[in-house]
Amino acid sequence: MDVKRSTPSYLYWLFCQFELITCSYLMEPWEKVLFYSFNLAMAGLLLYTAYVCVAFHLSSAFQLLWSFLGSPWENALSVVK
Amino acid sequence: MANPSAVCNGHLHHHHHQKQNNLLKSGISKKNGITKGMTKNGVSNGTLYKKTFIEHFEQAPMYVAVFTFVGFAVGTIFGYLRDFMRAWGLEKRNIAAEREQQKDFVPLYQDFENFYTRNLYLRIRDNWNRPICSVPGPQFDLMERVTDDYNWTFRFTGRTIKNVINMGSYNYLGFAETDVNALKTVTIELEKYGTGVCSTRQEMGTLDKHVELEKLVAKFLGVEDAMVFGMGFATNSMNIPALVGKGCLILSDELNHTSLVLGARLSGATIRIFKHNNMQSLETLLRDAIVYGQPRTHRAWRKIVILVEGIYSMEGSIVRLPEIVSLKNKYKAYLYLDEAHSIGAVGATGRGVVEYFGMSPDDVDVLMGTFTKSFGAAGGYIAGRKDLVDFLRTHSHSAVYATSMCPTIAEQIIRAMKCLMGLDGTAQGLQRVRQLEKNTRYFRRKLHEMGFIIYGNDDSPVVPLLLYMPGKIAAFARRMLEKNIGVVVVGFPATPITESRARFCVSAAHTREMLDTVLNALDELGDFLHLKYSRYSKSSHPELYEESRLELED
Repeated sequence: MDVKRSTPSYLYWLFCQFELITCSYLMEPWEKVLFYSFNLAMAGLLLYTAYVCVAFHLSSAFQLLWSFLGSPWENALSVVK
Repeated sequence: MANPSAVCNGHLHHHHHQKQNNLLKSGISKKNGITKGMTKNGVSNGTLYKKTFIEHFEQAPMYVAVFTFVGFAVGTIFGYLRDFMRAWGLEKRNIAAEREQQKDFVPLYQDFENFYTRNLYLRIRDNWNRPICSVPGPQFDLMERVTDDYNWTFRFTGRTIKNVINMGSYNYLGFAETDVNALKTVTIELEKYGTGVCSTRQEMGTLDKHVELEKLVAKFLGVEDAMVFGMGFATNSMNIPALVGKGCLILSDELNHTSLVLGARLSGATIRIFKHNNMQSLETLLRDAIVYGQPRTHRAWRKIVILVEGIYSMEGSIVRLPEIVSLKNKYKAYLYLDEAHSIGAVGATGRGVVEYFGMSPDDVDVLMGTFTKSFGAAGGYIAGRKDLVDFLRTHSHSAVYATSMCPTIAEQIIRAMKCLMGLDGTAQGLQRVRQLEKNTRYFRRKLHEMGFIIYGNDDSPVVPLLLYMPGKIAAFARRMLEKNIGVVVVGFPATPITESRARFCVSAAHTREMLDTVLNALDELGDFLHLKYSRYSKSSHPELYEESRLELED
């Protein structure tokens, strides 16, 4: 296989690597269904956790930042004005 | 390298001259004005080896080990799931189970290795025990085999897969052949003696063919006498108990073959293991043995025997014979050398590791070997001094109880050995040895260049290619068969659990085209399966990389 691969075949190659590494290449079809659904469920849970938590976490972090910069920021603005 | 006219009785004489020159060259050096004269024990390591000893045991990057464990973890989880389903009747049970009346007994088979066999080995079982239906030459025919229930049972479709390139058979010199001219003497002997011997050596099983063969083997190896046995495995496992017993010490290499381990255990001697090919470890053990003696009584050991192999078949490494011989002479131990894979395969005229290192066969106390690999026959031999072989003739279990070698097989070995020694009038034997050497070097060099991780010495015809992950074992073997190449893959328990490999055996009968076909297939498959883990290879674009190949000297 040459180095320059089109994206769909590269993704297929990555999927084959995933199959080989996790031994799902050796599983019977029903085991594969079980394994992939478990993996997708875990990945979905991870993304949902990221969606719910990260936004809130970032906004609370920015609030903390504003509270530090807030007072000198306003003083500086009043001087400039 | 060799001048054909210098071949005399199959031996090359220039080795002895070379040895003397080397010793003279590096023996004298000035240090602080004092000349370091050449003393008997003062030979430094550099003069023990006449040619460079290059072995590779590269470690793969860390992520490979992580992925291997991930693969085994997933396999184990699913194994437990399947076992649970089988125990609770949700799935049909296919394995042997106790009868109803014995349900309350302690189960006959249970441990991790059985779990492994049932759940991991069984899924990829179709890559082993493939029946072949032709001579195992450089190409062979396979019986096509399919499974309907995921490798629990197989059935043959009746078709054969023709001309599969054979990279798995131990056919180093290509003597597994069906050419009528080559087998002429064998056919004559078959018609004269038939096939069965129907007796043991000590009763009525010693034929004139055995005597002829033993004399020839002794001449080939350059020793006083030899004895042949019908089976190579039995040669080791039945003769070591005859040579050592209780109160003796056996120092055995870590990666010795099962036959040696079995023989050592059967003998009842104390066994101590030293790290693979590691001379410091061996020397420590020898010193401890001599200083402390036997475990409780501290008496001296009755005998100390060092058990090593010429070429280790799973690693492809060659034993460090010069160092072992110097150690054994210093600490007064005996050396048992198992040349199963190295006889015929290494050495300038195919006489094994003793010739490869330019040493004399008197340095090794017991020379053992098999005829299965390089001679296209079956059986084993033990050679050495006459009193050793005479002792074994009366005291070995194999000699007393086992059926002796079939005379037709003995004739095949005789004709192969005569060909190798040049006694049949042609230079074919030497040609085969040269061809094997060329093939080995070419194959190994190309695999290194492509970027695979290969273990072993540069001169050994056994080439293990590391695969690491259990999923890749199956994918590799199946895809190579689709490309009409037959390979042998090995995993746990024959190798450490993280280092599964594919083992190639290069043969003198392989032509350059066959090797190129295999190398191209390996290149393609290596890219697809992502097997090229080596960090020291030359890439396909040499102008981009400047690094040269790393050579690990001893």
